[in-house]
Amino acid sequence: MVFGYPGGAVLDIFDQINRSKKIRFILTRHEQGATHMADGYARTTGKPGVVLVTSGPGATNTITGLATAYMDSVPLVCICGQVPTAVIGNDAFQEADTSGISRPVTKHNYLVKTVAELPRVLKEAFYIANTGRPGPVLIDLPKDVQQATLKDYSYPKKIEMVTYRPTYEGNPRQIKRAAEVIEKATRPLLYCGGGVVRSLAHEEVLALAERCEIPVTTTLLGLGSFPETHPLALHMLGMHGTQYANHAMHECDCLIAVGARFDDRVTGKLAEFAPNCRSSIIHIDIDPTSISKNVPVTVPIVGDCKRVLTQLLEIIKPKKHPEWLAQVAEWKKQYPLRYKQDDELRPQFVVEKIYEVTRGEAIITTEVGQNQMWAAHYYLYTRPRTFVSSGGLGTMGYGFPAAIGAQVAHPDKIVIDIAGDGSIQMNIQETATAVLNNLPVIVCILNNRYLGMVRQWQEMFYGRNYSAVDLGRPMDEKGRPTDGLPDDVPLYVPDFVKLAEAYGALGRRITRKDDVAPAIEWAIKARRPVFLEFLVTREENVFPMIPAGASVKQMIGGLA
Amino acid sequence: MEHVISCLVENKSGVLSRVAGLFSGRGYNIDTLCVAPTQDANVSRMTIVCRGDDRIIEQIIKQLNKLIDVIKVTDMTAEEHVERELVLIKVACTAATRADIIQLVNVFRARIIDVDLKTLTVEVVGDSRKVEALIELMRSFGIRELVRTGRVAILRG
Repeated sequence: MVFGYPGGAVLDIFDQINRSKKIRFILTRHEQGATHMADGYARTTGKPGVVLVTSGPGATNTITGLATAYMDSVPLVCICGQVPTAVIGNDAFQEADTSGISRPVTKHNYLVKTVAELPRVLKEAFYIANTGRPGPVLIDLPKDVQQATLKDYSYPKKIEMVTYRPTYEGNPRQIKRAAEVIEKATRPLLYCGGGVVRSLAHEEVLALAERCEIPVTTTLLGLGSFPETHPLALHMLGMHGTQYANHAMHECDCLIAVGARFDDRVTGKLAEFAPNCRSSIIHIDIDPTSISKNVPVTVPIVGDCKRVLTQLLEIIKPKKHPEWLAQVAEWKKQYPLRYKQDDELRPQFVVEKIYEVTRGEAIITTEVGQNQMWAAHYYLYTRPRTFVSSGGLGTMGYGFPAAIGAQVAHPDKIVIDIAGDGSIQMNIQETATAVLNNLPVIVCILNNRYLGMVRQWQEMFYGRNYSAVDLGRPMDEKGRPTDGLPDDVPLYVPDFVKLAEAYGALGRRITRKDDVAPAIEWAIKARRPVFLEFLVTREENVFPMIPAGASVKQMIGGLA
Repeated sequence: MEHVISCLVENKSGVLSRVAGLFSGRGYNIDTLCVAPTQDANVSRMTIVCRGDDRIIEQIIKQLNKLIDVIKVTDMTAEEHVERELVLIKVACTAATRADIIQLVNVFRARIIDVDLKTLTVEVVGDSRKVEALIELMRSFGIRELVRTGRVAILRG
């Protein structure tokens, strides 16, 4: 499975691609789209996504996609054409220093100078991408190396790298210490991140949570690592986390972090983060650099989440925490996620309906911004690899191509991109890819004609000075355009329904609450790419919210 | 606190920029950096002098270890080790000061490696205290140019 775009410096590979019976190639409309598709494919399968692009602009267009995958530990192998070795460094046509540019956003990269090293490089690239803490690997492949003939070709069966040996098993002494710390705790909390999804440690998390009565909160990328319908689920924590998750984090006396990295969107102000558990933090992560980076840890355990938890479950004794669970249940009752219930079409309502209609069985991807947070809040994820979102880099334009990649991997599943009207326009050209490859991705555009998250920050922290966030035409108080453009220019651009139709996809605009569920059902039945455009309340805010760099005490509960 | 970090790396193109990029990308400062092949031509040693509190140094060592081309990282500061730096100082001189300079150079067991009517070029090898002391003394005569290799270090025994 390869996603990509051809060009002069990769003609030789493309000359072989369409002769191959083993490789399925998806031609995208932009190299960034290709990287996000490979990323969506990888996140929903656990297999590395493969990208093939040309030199120069082809390669530079992949950088955002590589950075996205790097921040979220997604295994990708990106093969870029390069100008012939003889002219590297001469500012040749479509030349860029791709290995230089990609270095900070890849786990590793290669510039292949002779064809003899190519088999080893390919083997290593896939191995590095998909072991340890996964990440993108780039192979810069000059044209003359592509054209060279290799005598006695053999793809290495085994791989032995002296300088790269990830640790998978946890240190038994540390695991014993962890068990002791957990057994002593009276208010323990599990904090699960993308590492749990990645290593499929969800069953072990559930077993530990139930055996020792530990409530579970997850990061954005950890959604799906613990069934959100479970009584012990506290849902997402952090800046836009639930109030009960953040209260639990503040009050817990023992924190078990699994495959999470104490990101600033989770911790807020570090000095005031989780003050009651600082001498009993257990951190399980495959990446040693993630441990004690932001928060000093009591019991560090380097290893694969699934294996370490399995080891831990062999020795840990059951425990009851009735008081703590009662307290957590009280918070859940007192501070539920909520939004205004009225006749207006609100974005949260749309996400709730998507959950109801799909019975939580869809693969959900998101763009970035308010749409992403509502998708995290109002859809309940119960299985790993069903929620796909750019968490670390926060890449607008990610969700749609990622949904296409997920749909390629799972042709029979319902794949829905929950989008905003801003983000969707960043890779909307991939509609052609979805249509021509018969990939029935459903795009639910929560259209408020604003860059909603930026608008929310301007409203809350910049005195409602809305600067460069209105995506429609400027209007006066009576709703009349003030820009003097011709009358046939619509009030906002584009008309998503017409746009979908122009691409050969289906489109429908929804303005009333009653039409939401039927529209989603219609889109699912269509089995074609569909844009559902929901014209939602314009100035809806994402709550709760802890302002950047603040602590749980400054949490804004809010009701829009 | 200042740390001397010794790093064995694969002797390949791009490794230096990977290490240097790690420091600049994460906002760590390198005071000095010295790179050359070891007894094994496929392996180079980088000796990096950098500053930071324990948390930052721990991160630097972990991040270096994470780079695929890095074979081994040692924080020399935590171990018994010997450090040396070579410094070339081109110092201004006149007929009147030449003898004083030469005398000081001898006291430091440094050497004069080039002589001109208006300058003397001094080569000094030693740990940082020794070379700093000589540089300070030479300053009073007027340093025209100063070239330092940065520090190298080796574990004792």
